[in-house]
Amino acid sequence: MAVRASGGGVLLELVDVVKHFPIHQGLFPGRRADRVHAVDGVSLQVRRGETLGLVGETGCGKSTLARCATRLQTLTSGRVILDGHDISTLSRRELRPFRRELQMVFQDPYGSLNPRRRVGSIIGDPLTVHQAAGGPARKRQVQELMELVGLNPEHYNRFPAEFSGGQRQRIGVARALALHPKLIVCDEPVSALDVSIRAQIINLLADLQRELDLTYLFISHDLSVVRQVSDRVAVMYLGKLVEVAPVAELYRRPRHPYVNALLSAVPVPDPDRADRRERIILSGDVPSPVHPPRGCRFHPRCPKARRRCVDEEPALVPRGGDGAEHPTACHFPVEAGEDLVHAHPTIDQPDREPPTDLRRVARSIR
Amino acid sequence: MTLTGPAQAARDIGGAGVAPAIEGRSPLRLAWARLRRDPVAVGSATVLVLLAAMALAAPAIAHAVGHGPDDQYHDVGLTTAGLPVGPSHRFLLGTDNLGRDILVRVAYGARISLLVGVAATLLATVAGVVVGLVAGYLGGVVDLVLARTMDVVLSFPYLLFAIALVSVFHPSLAISIFVIAFFSWAAMGRIVRGQTLSIREKEYIEAAWSVGSGTLRVMFVEVLPNLVAPVIVLATLLVPTAIVFEATLSFLGLGVAPPTPTWGGMLSDSLSFYRVAWWFPLFPGLALLATTLAFNLLGDSVRDALNPGG
Repeated sequence: MAVRASGGGVLLELVDVVKHFPIHQGLFPGRRADRVHAVDGVSLQVRRGETLGLVGETGCGKSTLARCATRLQTLTSGRVILDGHDISTLSRRELRPFRRELQMVFQDPYGSLNPRRRVGSIIGDPLTVHQAAGGPARKRQVQELMELVGLNPEHYNRFPAEFSGGQRQRIGVARALALHPKLIVCDEPVSALDVSIRAQIINLLADLQRELDLTYLFISHDLSVVRQVSDRVAVMYLGKLVEVAPVAELYRRPRHPYVNALLSAVPVPDPDRADRRERIILSGDVPSPVHPPRGCRFHPRCPKARRRCVDEEPALVPRGGDGAEHPTACHFPVEAGEDLVHAHPTIDQPDREPPTDLRRVARSIR
Repeated sequence: MTLTGPAQAARDIGGAGVAPAIEGRSPLRLAWARLRRDPVAVGSATVLVLLAAMALAAPAIAHAVGHGPDDQYHDVGLTTAGLPVGPSHRFLLGTDNLGRDILVRVAYGARISLLVGVAATLLATVAGVVVGLVAGYLGGVVDLVLARTMDVVLSFPYLLFAIALVSVFHPSLAISIFVIAFFSWAAMGRIVRGQTLSIREKEYIEAAWSVGSGTLRVMFVEVLPNLVAPVIVLATLLVPTAIVFEATLSFLGLGVAPPTPTWGGMLSDSLSFYRVAWWFPLFPGLALLATTLAFNLLGDSVRDALNPGG
């Protein structure tokens, strides 16, 4: 999507959002043994009119963050501020008026449409619930929406099973658009689609953004998709943000070692270049979110880990002297020209296993 | 809100720019089409239609043969020794121990059986769906209480309880229906609760919340339509259970009070006569067998039609 002038204010602000899931063990409730630290203190601003990409490996908490931002989940702590209104503790009923401004497109185009309902009534649901339109007006609006997202309005009476995956995702987009929201949270909207269909949906979202002045929080595990759609990108690791930057800057000069490793693992379509390129090999697996590592959560796998990384948790702040740097949560951010491939940690990394080939990891998370 | 250019192009590529469709075929309509092609389903449905016709036409049958359901023919309907007479041109299916026409009584008995079977099943289905849906959807303490209640009802020695209940409130048609429904709803409730628990986790439920739907709307607009298939199957299978239950109650003298003809009551009366009058237990027994078998086979076919390949 075209890089547009940032500014125009903050539409959605997350302040220190925490979401823990208790793990119940045994027969009796109340004995909560452990908690999954799905989202552990994330602060993030989505600016009006932009597309903010949120990337991370599977299980890093990005979908949970999306559900906290849309208040489909209750927060453990923290605040969600939508257009100046604190919606973090509102009940479902109190949230209803805010649903007009804040909609969501779901990951699974098969699971997110009720198989027993006709497409017209699915898309018209927001209009019915908010009593925005009824009868013939509703049908007309639904058909306009179908046209807008590139569906044949004649298929108003069909069932979801009669559509392909890409068409179903268009239905999901039409439902999200019905109330003319300001912000749409897209939770991996293309990851369940064929590569050939992805581009269509991404282009559709881009067109709609231009046409309808939409703001997107776009979640994906696919670095190339995020690069294509985003104005800014936030990278998540194990429930925390590690780096937030304008898209070009992040891909040109990532500061966090994790982001460096991720980007070095993105497949290059040119085999000659791919062979010449050196990849940063991370050791071990992503630690369990039940017992996240103390200090910097990346320290058990980081090629640059030092004593301080274990002792002190790095804040997400601009690093370096000039102040123009984008924020990164690393005590020792990667400098231009630094050689991470041959870097060695100066501390023991207890569960240092045979190095994981990140290309394999990248393949598994794509 | 009209869009030209890229979105139009996208529609041409990815949108369904095929011939305009008239009406989508609903999953239930597809199941109906499959059902109509199933010979077992068609056969058992035919049997049930004939039985229903017989029940409806019972007065006409009585009129045609000239015997009322409770008319006793001590002269021509009993032998000189006072035993039932066998099938003949006068009594096509023979007579019972009081000289009554078995054909007419079997036809009238179909009314009671079908009425009790269908009414009890309807009651049980409504109660089971509501309780199961509420328990499965709301969860927590509500579910704990309702689910345990269903377990308790299912673990009752139902026949003993039915006998106790019926003898407290005197036997009647309404009591029979109520008692049978009371012991059937829990089975329906359990199935519905289980289905609801799994549907509740579907992403389209989350999508319904995200557009602002309320609890009742999610329960009845999103969850309920997905319960139709298992509910239809179980209801079809509950009907024969209810009919047998009613026959059992009547057999024990706890059903509809005599002299109203019921299949269970006729079987009970025939107990002392089956050695000398084979037709006496045979015809009500056959009617009961045909009805329950037809409902069970139909239920199986409905299940197959609703879950193709499953």
